[in-house]
Amino acid sequence: MSLWELANPTLFMRLSGRMLPVLWVLAAATLATGLIWGFFGTPEEARQGASVKILFIHVPAAMMAINIYAMMFVTSLVWLIRRHHVSALAARAAAPVGATMTVLALLTGAFWGQPIWGAPWDWDPRLTSFFILFLFYLGYIALWAAIEDPDKAADLTSVLALVGSVFALLSRYAVNFWNQGLHQDATLSLDSRTNIDNAFWVPLLICIAGYFLLFLALLLVRTRTEIRARRLRALMLSGVH
Amino acid sequence: MRAARALLLRELALALRSGGGAGLGLAFFLIVLLIAPLGIGPELGLLSRVAPGLIWIAALLACLLSLDRLFQADLEDGSLDVLALSPLPMEAVVALKALAHWLTTGLPLVVAAPVLALTLALPGPAYLPMVIGLLIGTPALSFIGAVGAALTVGIRRGGLLLSLLVLPLYIPTLIFGAQAAIRAGRGLDPATPLLLTGAITLFTLALAPFAAAAALRINLR
Repeated sequence: MSLWELANPTLFMRLSGRMLPVLWVLAAATLATGLIWGFFGTPEEARQGASVKILFIHVPAAMMAINIYAMMFVTSLVWLIRRHHVSALAARAAAPVGATMTVLALLTGAFWGQPIWGAPWDWDPRLTSFFILFLFYLGYIALWAAIEDPDKAADLTSVLALVGSVFALLSRYAVNFWNQGLHQDATLSLDSRTNIDNAFWVPLLICIAGYFLLFLALLLVRTRTEIRARRLRALMLSGVH
Repeated sequence: MRAARALLLRELALALRSGGGAGLGLAFFLIVLLIAPLGIGPELGLLSRVAPGLIWIAALLACLLSLDRLFQADLEDGSLDVLALSPLPMEAVVALKALAHWLTTGLPLVVAAPVLALTLALPGPAYLPMVIGLLIGTPALSFIGAVGAALTVGIRRGGLLLSLLVLPLYIPTLIFGAQAAIRAGRGLDPATPLLLTGAITLFTLALAPFAAAAALRINLR
């Protein structure tokens, strides 16, 4: 079966309906394992004490915030090129989840920064670009909400997602130029010199997987809702009551 | 070429004659730079430090406020349909309209900025980088703005939405443009931020017309 067959809404509804219960169970189990292991099964860090454990909520949220925007870029592109409605609706469904992840990353960062940096907020490039990313999510959601015709809304928001992705990247590098930061560098990369300790690394990976599964489940639920709303609209327009 | 010239002259005439509102962007620029010291306080040392940022923010807002009419009036009276049928490709129409917007909104700001910078006690070495930065940076504001205006053209009362969409896109231009003046004011070399401002402008000149034209075609469907 080709991936593109999933673009058929009926098939998508059938498959996603079957996948969802499994996804929910997997997401709950993975998140519970990762968080419990992270909170209770890891040692306290030498200088940060117990507050280092915010890591298990903060890092996956930040990763999802960026990855969800990248996903919206891809699905918008697919919609513009191949006109598959499920793709456009998936982008729409993902946006509020992405915005929530961005806020979650900023909030947990503030809770972490208060004891460790001595301030909940700093105009650090990473923090600032997350703030900017949040504005991109807001604009995208607001544009969807402002246009009545669904296909026109899908087209225009897709153009915005493409333009926005380019400028989000540009802004990311522009803020690097603008200020030095307090935030630490990446320590999860395969190629960086100092990486996070293994004691934290394994539960963190489980948490990231949990967040990903949770996002997948939320995405499917929200996309199903969008498809049903679209069908309802079609029914009402055709005059069948 | 003749069609392009005709369109540019039409846009300029529409903006400059009565009701076109070409001077309003400039007036807004003046007002923001008048009320900023009233809010911040008259201390010249503080004002001279924030002057580059203030001038750039005022320029951003002045450009933004005049954007919502960029395509709206033409959509309402049907001229946009005629332009879509004209021998000019939609991308060229967008580029010419953005150019006219820059000539009537951005360029007056570049001229007025050094005078207003006097009232904000901008440091001497910062004048030239600020003017150059505005000169090469404000075209990006018009061209990026054209994308936002094209996306929101069919929406009633789209003004606030337009600012939510466009202001985040202005961030790179704002950062590099303002940094040029700030660095020069501190005695540093402004060349790098100026080059980056120019790069952003060239980038948007090349790509924004395509995005805006795509959005206009969708809105005309």
